[in-house]
Amino acid sequence: MMQTPPRVLVTKIGLDGHDRGSRLVAAALRDAGMEVIYTPPWQDVEDVVRLAQDEDVDVVGISSLATDHLLVPGLMVALKRAHLDHVGVVVGGIVPHDEEALLIAAGVSRVFHPGSPMEEIAREVSQLAANARQQAPELLD
Amino acid sequence: MAKSNTPRKLEPDGQQDPDRERWQRDYQAQLPAETPVVNRSGIRINPLYDETNWSGTRYTQQLGYPGQIPMTRGIYPSMHRGQTWSQRQLIGFGVPSDYNARLHKLLESGVSAVSLIPCNSVYRGFDADQVPRELLGTCGVVLNTVDDMDACFSGVDIAQLSTAQNDPSPFTLLALLLAVAKRRGIPWTRITGTSNQSDYISHYVANHMFFRLALPGARRMLVDHIAFTLEQVPGWNPLSIVGQHMQQAGATPAEAMAFTLCTAIQYAQDCIDRGLDPELFFPRFTFFFDISISLFEEIAKFRAGRRIWASIVRDTFGVKNPKAWRFKFHAQTSGVDLTRQQPLNNISRVTAQAIAGILGGLQSLHTDAYDEVLCVPTEDAARIAINTQNILREEAHLTDVIDPLGGSYYVEALTDQMEDKIREVMDTVESAGGMYKAVQEGIVQTRIGESALGFQRSLDTGEQTLVGVNAYESEGVEPPVAVLERPNKESVTQYLEGLDTYKQSRDTPAVARTLDGLATAANSERQNVYAAVVTAATAGATHGEIVARLREEFGTGDPLIVP
Repeated sequence: MMQTPPRVLVTKIGLDGHDRGSRLVAAALRDAGMEVIYTPPWQDVEDVVRLAQDEDVDVVGISSLATDHLLVPGLMVALKRAHLDHVGVVVGGIVPHDEEALLIAAGVSRVFHPGSPMEEIAREVSQLAANARQQAPELLD
Repeated sequence: MAKSNTPRKLEPDGQQDPDRERWQRDYQAQLPAETPVVNRSGIRINPLYDETNWSGTRYTQQLGYPGQIPMTRGIYPSMHRGQTWSQRQLIGFGVPSDYNARLHKLLESGVSAVSLIPCNSVYRGFDADQVPRELLGTCGVVLNTVDDMDACFSGVDIAQLSTAQNDPSPFTLLALLLAVAKRRGIPWTRITGTSNQSDYISHYVANHMFFRLALPGARRMLVDHIAFTLEQVPGWNPLSIVGQHMQQAGATPAEAMAFTLCTAIQYAQDCIDRGLDPELFFPRFTFFFDISISLFEEIAKFRAGRRIWASIVRDTFGVKNPKAWRFKFHAQTSGVDLTRQQPLNNISRVTAQAIAGILGGLQSLHTDAYDEVLCVPTEDAARIAINTQNILREEAHLTDVIDPLGGSYYVEALTDQMEDKIREVMDTVESAGGMYKAVQEGIVQTRIGESALGFQRSLDTGEQTLVGVNAYESEGVEPPVAVLERPNKESVTQYLEGLDTYKQSRDTPAVARTLDGLATAANSERQNVYAAVVTAATAGATHGEIVARLREEFGTGDPLIVP
């Protein structure tokens, strides 16, 4: 069992600023007892890596309404380079079927599509966070 | 502003209709423990409406005739019987030649007006060479220069086609279009269309549009844009006030209407403070709304909005020009109601939404493609969306009668109640010091966030049914694999090379001078900054260069994140 609540970064990368989805998910994760680090949209990949590191998060959630999910494979590489392989990454929003496979192949744990129940998102994120802690190179607590 | 009539009892005291009493008893016997029905705006809906809720005794005050005060029934005497609505579809994809090919196809399919959707790089205020290449042209057309705009409209007579330029402050796209007109020898007086994303307040609220220009800069740009077009491009609608963004972000229909009207009041006041003539600028104000699937609520929203706007312009601002009292609006069916599950169901949803908009008296309509929740619409889905409009217009007899629901006890009572609700929200904004201040302080954002959360909860608890999502799910019915269209990588590369060549081959000192001109205008009270934008675009400055230079002068804002 986890000692402290899961820490989740909820953010948007790329060029789009529609954040209704990310705000709702952030609120749902918070309601489910997680610690949510929430950022404004338009983060660069480097910003996300730095935040994931500084905030010691277990899971990164990327919200994408337009086509910003196309930057996620690059994010996965950058996380790996920063030795953050253990951090779980989920993507939520409008991701076309063909490209979901690309994201999964790049190491994304799960893609949540519109209409995903908040309960399900919270459950899976919490599970991913538990896995991430087990795999983390050093446990600080 | 006079308050509208709320539902009231009309019978003389003590005289209840025995038939009505019996119906009430029978109803309760059949439904003893009914859950209250409440619409999205929070209005409780009765099972039946009759004279106790609304009667025609105040017909003249509440309804009147189409094209006349109070405008409830429509803004033109003949409404859809005279002229139906513009079928304005959004297009934007790939590079300018891709846009041009799609445009020609759309024009062949009977579309009478188009919107130009630029790439998100353009929205952010950047040129194509400043952003991750993977994203270029994926959800709008890459468009940075006068050459690009010329290519988008190649083979199209821009004096004949009304275009909506989806481009926020500082409105470089219209500047580029005017530069093309100049190049083609077309006088600006013949250019028609709308600056579709000119409502910076809605952008700040729904989309954190602080990255282009900070609020005060955007405020200045808008008034200058209005002043410039009134004088130089009289067929252009410089302002579209957008409720759509806010409703998409989560505002209820009543809140979206209220915030939009407050925004319009703010802009009108800013124009007046700048010395513009209300008799001239008000007729050029247009609106853009979302149409959710809550059919009667949307119809009532539009009827109430029309009535409130007419009273604001005529009574509050004292404008005499009857054209200014007209609440002209474009509407788009709501993407929020569409589902990824069983996506063909979305065609039915869009049909219901479109009917609501048509019966609500719209002037221009965009119907969403059923696959919009899956990807940027495919050509097939876009064609069905247009044909949905064609069917409703040509086959369904929706346009035979003006305001066909007028006089319905329910619709009239609901219109009155929506009006009350809208005015109530407007009062909270006005007491916060107006829309500009309310947005600056995050009051509007907070309220919209709460409403979004409320709606999500109603879905999570199943209180609101969503077919295929929390009810009627069918196992094994997978979304059809959409034909995914991504811009051709080679054409993107070619575009970037072309942009480079364009920048190299310009009269660089002339461009630099016009960019300096932007700074001078921005720092002067008397010069029109938008005139300087048009000059720069004509001289060959790119979109990104213009935005960047103005950003230096006006600054950018901070994201106001309401958790």
